[in-house]
Amino acid sequence: MPGLGLLDPIKTERQAEDLEHKIRQRVVGQEEPIRQIARARRAHVAGLSPIKQSLRNALFVAIVVCGNLVGDVLLRARMGRLAALPAIGPMAYLNALLNAWVLVGVLLLIVGIGAQLALLSWADLSYVAPVTSIGYVLTALAGKLYLHEPLSAGRWAAIFLITTGVILVSRTPPRTAGGECYGGRQ
Amino acid sequence: MKWALVAVISASSAVADVLQSAGMKDHGEIRDFRPWAVAGHLARLMRNRKMLVAVASLAVSFSAFLALISVSELSFAVPATAATYVLETTLAKYLLKEHVDWRRWTGASLVAGGVALLILT
Repeated sequence: MPGLGLLDPIKTERQAEDLEHKIRQRVVGQEEPIRQIARARRAHVAGLSPIKQSLRNALFVAIVVCGNLVGDVLLRARMGRLAALPAIGPMAYLNALLNAWVLVGVLLLIVGIGAQLALLSWADLSYVAPVTSIGYVLTALAGKLYLHEPLSAGRWAAIFLITTGVILVSRTPPRTAGGECYGGRQ
Repeated sequence: MKWALVAVISASSAVADVLQSAGMKDHGEIRDFRPWAVAGHLARLMRNRKMLVAVASLAVSFSAFLALISVSELSFAVPATAATYVLETTLAKYLLKEHVDWRRWTGASLVAGGVALLILT
């Protein structure tokens, strides 16, 4: 089944590394173009065009951010209400945990963590960590839109800083390090 | 004491993220998201030492965070740990050998500053 090999990530990585290595032996001082060629090769062999890769990145970043944001809001809403009660016992906590919204919140947080792990399987940490921080901006804007919380000048400045940082990082290639750099690839 | 806890939180959460990233690269790119494939990925990841140490580091980070908010305000704790973004970028460059150009350095610094400012204001 030759078609199955096209989706083998290890084979894909090795082919791209081989190509990168061969070009490096012949060309000196063109680091960025060589990296881009290897990336295109990786995408080509894996069957994902650069556009589809970008869409996949955006989709998984959105899942991470939305999963964490909505999950957190659901948990806080329910557990916060419970904490406000004068005296609660273990059964009250158990009941709260078995509440449908709490379960949905926990499920969304798990989905968010899973999406982040999937994202880290093909993208750099120095790309994933800053890009997913856009959740802070969405939380602040959601508070303004839905809860009518005031946004001070300082908060607008913070939103501007985070958004600029995310845009800058998102304009870099998601993966820059080859498999051999991680030490454990078989 | 407060700053010692901040250092523990930043270091352990950065180490956890670095190990998660390294563990996922060892695992290989995930492309199959059918339920039984996801279960297979999880089973493999649970046998990956880097992932196990990452979970332990996260537990240390969470415990230190709880200790920090018991001795200081949340408005101090969260911004103080925003520097983790820069620390993670540094570790990613030197340990994971990622190519960190000026856009990533600037981006991580802006995000760290923005997160700190967002919580402080």
